[in-house]
Amino acid sequence: MRRILFLARAEVLHVVRDKATLAQVLVLPVLQLLVLSNAATFAIRNTPMYVVDFDHSQASRDLVRRFSASGHFRIIGETASPAAADEALLSGDATMVLTVPAEFEQRLARPGVAPVQLAVNAEKGSAAGIVQSYASSIVSAYERDLNDAAASRGAPRPGAARLEIPVRNWYNADLNYRDYMVPGILVALVTMIGTLLTAQNIAREKELGTLEQLNVTPITRAQFITAKLLPFWALAMIDLAIGLAVARFAFDVPMRGSLLLLFGAAAVYLVAALGIGLWISTLVETQQQAMFVTFFILNVYLLMSGLFTPIDSMAPWVEAVSQLNPVRHFVTISRAILIKGAGAPEIARPFAILTVYAAAMLAIAIRQHQKRTA
Amino acid sequence: MSALAGLVRKEVYHVLRDRRTLVVLVLLPAIQVVLFGYAIRTDVDRVRLAIVDPAPDAATTALRDRIAGSGTFHIVRVLPRADMLEPLFQRGDAQAALVFEPRLAAQMGRGLPARLLVVADATEPNTGSILQAYLVAAIQNAERDLSVPAAKRVLPQVRMAFNPTRESAHLFVPGLMAFVLTIISALMTAISLAREKETGTMEALLVSPLRPWQIVVGKVAPYLAIGFASALSILLEARLVFDVPLRGSLLLLVGEGLLFILVSLALGILISARTASQRVAMMGTLVGTMLPTMLLSGFIFPIESMPPLLQALSYVVPARYFVLVARGIMLKGIGLTYLWRETLVLSLMAVALLALSAHSLHERLE
Repeated sequence: MRRILFLARAEVLHVVRDKATLAQVLVLPVLQLLVLSNAATFAIRNTPMYVVDFDHSQASRDLVRRFSASGHFRIIGETASPAAADEALLSGDATMVLTVPAEFEQRLARPGVAPVQLAVNAEKGSAAGIVQSYASSIVSAYERDLNDAAASRGAPRPGAARLEIPVRNWYNADLNYRDYMVPGILVALVTMIGTLLTAQNIAREKELGTLEQLNVTPITRAQFITAKLLPFWALAMIDLAIGLAVARFAFDVPMRGSLLLLFGAAAVYLVAALGIGLWISTLVETQQQAMFVTFFILNVYLLMSGLFTPIDSMAPWVEAVSQLNPVRHFVTISRAILIKGAGAPEIARPFAILTVYAAAMLAIAIRQHQKRTA
Repeated sequence: MSALAGLVRKEVYHVLRDRRTLVVLVLLPAIQVVLFGYAIRTDVDRVRLAIVDPAPDAATTALRDRIAGSGTFHIVRVLPRADMLEPLFQRGDAQAALVFEPRLAAQMGRGLPARLLVVADATEPNTGSILQAYLVAAIQNAERDLSVPAAKRVLPQVRMAFNPTRESAHLFVPGLMAFVLTIISALMTAISLAREKETGTMEALLVSPLRPWQIVVGKVAPYLAIGFASALSILLEARLVFDVPLRGSLLLLVGEGLLFILVSLALGILISARTASQRVAMMGTLVGTMLPTMLLSGFIFPIESMPPLLQALSYVVPARYFVLVARGIMLKGIGLTYLWRETLVLSLMAVALLALSAHSLHERLE
């Protein structure tokens, strides 16, 4: 135990002494939160749209007004020429073109179908889907109101009753993208700090040759790994606390669940994350390689964690593979606790997987670590 | 000239000798394309739907069957009470819920309005909106089929221009090219020049008969080749695996790619000229070129949604222009008539950065 403490103390002194590392540990999280939470957003507002109105009727103007009043769309031009609208789509000025065909109002005067055309610039990827769903909602609300107006003029007919469909957005009623991203970014943050510092640290010992010196001391493999991991584990926990404080006080991100539970899950998760760092350190010889390889491997882990895009949207085989990804489970836990207010029973499954993962990582790291240089 | 060839050969040896970095350089583009093609998607399908039906009757069962039959939804659980929903949502077992009120059939039979509550997990706001829109649309369709015989319909006919299936690979490939080109051109160049400085061999190069431009050319040539090969391999993989279209001119795309590589290389040289160690050069390139390329180029996240400050910042990110150009050429099939502005900006950047980096190398000579 004393040996572990000595080695751990040496690590702490190293970190505190090296200003660059200290800055990395203390400034990076804040910076990352600030930039990522603002830049990493798929929020869609003010979509520029173009209107081609062939009908020029009260009905077509009503429909267009609904688009501009929704707040999702900004009408940048109205024209009677489809060519001009195509041009706007091609040049990227418009993301959507709404075309109201002639006789729109006449068709609406009686039951039946009145089509309108929506051309969405799908070059904008994820945005295109959401733009389409906003537009479709506006059109269908318009349709309902038309039918309501028609119905209210006549007596209610049996069998023609309509459904009221109120809608609730749970957990994020104002659809704030930042509230969604921050709990995920916190995970990315502790993961990056944990893995990068661990990998870099051992790579440096290799580079300087001090790893050999440690190898000839009576310290055991388990002691060595524990002493190496402990300081970084603590640092990452501190980073999580800093990140949470920034999220709470600077961004006013709601936190519904128990922070204690989150820290408990983080304590287990970090063992797994640091284990990844250890694993990387066995792959590399120099600090530069450590950074490069960590960056590459983390990139894969983070992209497959559901941090940026929903797990549910992934191809089925990717989703299956992502079960092996500890980052995915901690992202799930973090969001479930902070955003949804989940308690221990609700996060039991991902937590159990993390525990298994952490134990396995630790066992492998201790076995893998040879007290010799290759 | 033979001196230059010698320098190039030495650089090639450096690259080939560092196996781990080489492996990453070769694997990176391939893995990224697969990841972005299969993992980075935002489509919503096979929605896990929970249903709260306190008193099942003819109307609720009919609606349920309709919605289950639509193919988009897959009913995970039918609950008797609404307060049982929360744990299901918290565990992520359900993404959306439909809450019927009791006596739905009776209400409808009498021609009275009946309530049907739609709950969507809006943790991820976009998915939430889409879930909600899907579910409301499904209910309305069912309602139309089941009860209202003659109603007015406004039917939106949607056309997804330039990428009808919204295949995510089609969108990410241009951005990925920018990303990989940045990593290889800027990062590797910066590191390789910084290494010469760190080990003191830069001095040796500077006193050699090689002219500064020859040093630069010799240093960057291998990375230029690797960058170019990666970009082409991404294009090829994208074409073979994901069937990504190339509607415009390949020649123009290659030309613009070269222009972008030039800008990135100049950035790499500039960064290395201003830094003393490999580590600082690496951090500098990470923060100065890679993160902006990832975040501010519009490659993953829409620029229009960012706060004004970040939007303004995105104008100095070269990748922003390259992504626009590459997407334009590949997906829209447009040429310089539409893309001259972006091309001009990239050219100006290239000229300015090359001049700056040549200048900083000269400074070191004196």
